[in-house]
Amino acid sequence: MRRGSSLPVRLVRGFATFWWDFLVGDTPELFVAALVIIGVIALLSEAGHFNAAAVVALPLLAVVALGISVRRAVRAARRK
Amino acid sequence: MIATSVSSGVVVLVGAVFLACAVEMVEALTIVLAVGHTRGWRSAFEGTAVALVVLTALVAAFGPALVHVPLSVLRLVVGGVLLIFGMQWLRKAILRSTGLKAKHDEDAIYRAKVAELQAAGSGVGRDHVAFVMAFKGVFLEGLEVVITVLTLGTSAHRLGLAATVAAIAVVLVGIVGVVVAKQLSNVPENAMKMGVGVMLVSFGTFWTGEGLKVSWPGNDTMIPVLVATYLLVTWLIVALVRRESPVVTEVVA
Repeated sequence: MRRGSSLPVRLVRGFATFWWDFLVGDTPELFVAALVIIGVIALLSEAGHFNAAAVVALPLLAVVALGISVRRAVRAARRK
Repeated sequence: MIATSVSSGVVVLVGAVFLACAVEMVEALTIVLAVGHTRGWRSAFEGTAVALVVLTALVAAFGPALVHVPLSVLRLVVGGVLLIFGMQWLRKAILRSTGLKAKHDEDAIYRAKVAELQAAGSGVGRDHVAFVMAFKGVFLEGLEVVITVLTLGTSAHRLGLAATVAAIAVVLVGIVGVVVAKQLSNVPENAMKMGVGVMLVSFGTFWTGEGLKVSWPGNDTMIPVLVATYLLVTWLIVALVRRESPVVTEVVA
C-alpha cells in the first residue's frame, strides 16, 4: 500500500484487495467457472424452463470446474 | 420429536459453520499465541480486542442490512460466493491430501511468526509490531468467520443459530488452544478443511439453484445428497491424483 494515500483511499483499496484475494486469488479459473455456471443455469432454468437439466447440470458443472482446476495444479506441480 | 423437527439442511448448516469457524479460530489463535509468547500478552490482547470490536461493528452495520435484500438475490449472490469459496477450499484440501501442496502446519507457522517477531526488534513504549500482528491475524481470520456466518445464516434464515454455533466453535477452540498451547498442529486441519469445502460447495450449489428458481427434488433434503455426491467426487479425485503423481512430504508455514 502506498504511503501518502488518504485514509478513505487506503480503506477502499484494502476492501477491493480483500475481495479480489477472497474470490479470485490464485484460482481465477474457479471464479470464471462460477460465473459460467450461473449463466448456464439461468439459461436452463429461467429462460428455458428446463428444471431437470438445471438440477443435474449445476453440480455436474461444479465438479467439472473443480476437476479442471485440480488438473491445472497437478500439471503446474509436475513442471516444477 | 427433535429428530423430525430438525431438517437435514440445518444439520449440515451447523456442521459447516462449526468446522469453518473452528479452522479459522485455530489459525487466528496460532498468531495470537506467537505474539503473546514472544512480545508479551498486553499487546496481543489489545490487538485481539480491537480486531473483535471492528468485526462486531461490521456485523452490526451489514448484518441487519442483509435481511432487507430480496431472498432470491441474496441466495444467488451467496450461492455464487460459497461455490467459489468452497471450490477453493476443496481444491487446496485435495492438493494437500495428495501431497502436491505442502500441508498447513500450525507448529511451523508458530515458529515462523516467532522468528518474524523476534527479528522485528523492540521499540520504546507501546509494542506496535505485536499489536498490528495480533490485530491482522484476528481481523482477517475473523472476517472469514463473519462472512461464513452471515452468508450461511441469512440464506437459510438461521442467522441466530449460525452465530451461536460460530461462538461455540470459537470458544471451544480458544479453550482447547489455551490448554494445549503450542500443540495446535495436532488438529486435523486438512480433514476439517476438506469437510468444510464439501459443505460450502453443497450450500453454494443449492442456493445458486434456489436463487435461479431451480426446483430441487425434496427441497432441503437435497443438501445431504449434494454433500454425499461432492464427498464421493472428492474421494475419486484424490484417488486419481494419488495414482498419477508422486507425493511430496515437505510442510509449509
